[in-house]
Amino acid sequence: MNASASLIEVSQLEAWYGRRRILKGVDFNVRAGEIRVIMGGSGSGKSTLLRHLLGLHRPRGGSIKLLGVDIGRASEAQMLGIRRQIGVSFQGGALLTSLSVGDNVALPLRELTSLDENTIRIMSRLKLEVVNLGGFQELMPAQLSGGMIKRAALARAIVMDPKLLFFDEPSAGLDPVVSAELDELILRLRDALRMTIVVVTHELESAFKIADTITVLDQGEILMTDTVDKVRHADNERIQDLLNRRPRETPVDADAYLRRLTEEHAAPV
Amino acid sequence: MDAITRPLESLGRTTLKSLAGIGHAAMLLTESIGFALTGWRRGQPVRVASVFEQMRQIGVDALPITALLALVIGIMLGIQFVAALSEFGAQSQVVVAVAKSVTREFGTLITAILVAGRSGSALAARIGSMNVSQEVDALAVIGIDPVRYLAAPALFAMLIMLPALTLFADAISILGAALYSAPALNVSPGAYIAQTLAQLTPGDIGQGLAKSVVFAILISLIGISTGFSVAGGAEGVGRATTRSVVLSICYIIVADMIFSFFLNR
Repeated sequence: MNASASLIEVSQLEAWYGRRRILKGVDFNVRAGEIRVIMGGSGSGKSTLLRHLLGLHRPRGGSIKLLGVDIGRASEAQMLGIRRQIGVSFQGGALLTSLSVGDNVALPLRELTSLDENTIRIMSRLKLEVVNLGGFQELMPAQLSGGMIKRAALARAIVMDPKLLFFDEPSAGLDPVVSAELDELILRLRDALRMTIVVVTHELESAFKIADTITVLDQGEILMTDTVDKVRHADNERIQDLLNRRPRETPVDADAYLRRLTEEHAAPV
Repeated sequence: MDAITRPLESLGRTTLKSLAGIGHAAMLLTESIGFALTGWRRGQPVRVASVFEQMRQIGVDALPITALLALVIGIMLGIQFVAALSEFGAQSQVVVAVAKSVTREFGTLITAILVAGRSGSALAARIGSMNVSQEVDALAVIGIDPVRYLAAPALFAMLIMLPALTLFADAISILGAALYSAPALNVSPGAYIAQTLAQLTPGDIGQGLAKSVVFAILISLIGISTGFSVAGGAEGVGRATTRSVVLSICYIIVADMIFSFFLNR
């Protein structure tokens, strides 16, 4: 696979929750070695897109290819092969609360490889050192601060040396300093471990700092995908609203408004 | 028109929901068995160590409370049978009455209800809270099938430990009955127990054990499936826990009645 090959190819992805259409024919490509930030406000569909990319939801329409394999049609063995090559750091960390930090980081190695216990211990401690949590392996997740949980989750995500790393809201709920440290860490990971990284965030500052390219998602549609500079200077009104933290102006439909107020069983929009 | 369609609609929804629930539970059962049989070949082995860990939590940790309840039930049965059978001068039948009702019914039922309250609810709460905090998703994306990692060990541990606990409860209950009834019947406790062993058939014990296997499947599948279907944060976890206990106990009692009917015809 050459350097510019696409690791993620999404075409015409459709997602629905009940009768609500969440993703409206999304096309999305990520090339090897880049840091792509998916940006968008709440309810823009970015979490749904991420869940589809991770194979946690089956697409209603369209296709998703990860590392060249269509995950909608992949066999169980193929899917496991892909999962070994991707790492995910969830918004709340999602560390198993019953295991210590060290055991959490070692979990993928223990379950998916046949390495001996010494190697596993050394490898997981190495990754804890990478995220500056060296020596914390004995602690339980409940004893960690928010920033430490995110870093431990990152250590678990990279312990198998994935080609592709997903990061959901790295800076949510963290103070500016800790979140800046996390941004640095992401940049270092790309440079040192040559990972392709997809970050979902609504934090502008962090997005501009780490991104090579940015995809702006709004109400289930991709507004644009381009470099940081071009997104900054885009003349699209919704993008500028998002960048300048302007409240959206939703046009009021008087009839629909009255219907919502008066009908006994208003249909959800 | 609404007055007719509304109840019909809600009836339809409830039916679909419970069918979906049964389907989900059946899927959990077949998948768990599949992982146990062929998981090691597919890179998804059910770890013996985690089955043992679950066996400890479900079985060994429940020994003291099972012993206490079984003893009390045994004494209670002794009191009732001595009182009731004395009216007909049939005290000699106390031994066989206690022996059969404990092994066929009470030992099994009490153990199952206790385990549903202790471990069924714990399963629902554990898996439910893992679901809410995205731990289940995390397992899935790491490549660890949540059914293999969370459900299968609990199911197999339950299948081993519930019958074992049932046997234990049977023994303690009969001991409890002996403690009360032997003096009332003017025999020694040793003689009472010897007589019990002489009167019990393997069929009596087998009936209780067969039921406990079914109860084990019910408790674990209900606990696990309610856990996996939790939505709505901490409150959802609480509701799922309650729901798993209530559902388990209802299903246990109904299944018990059906079993008793067919096994005693």
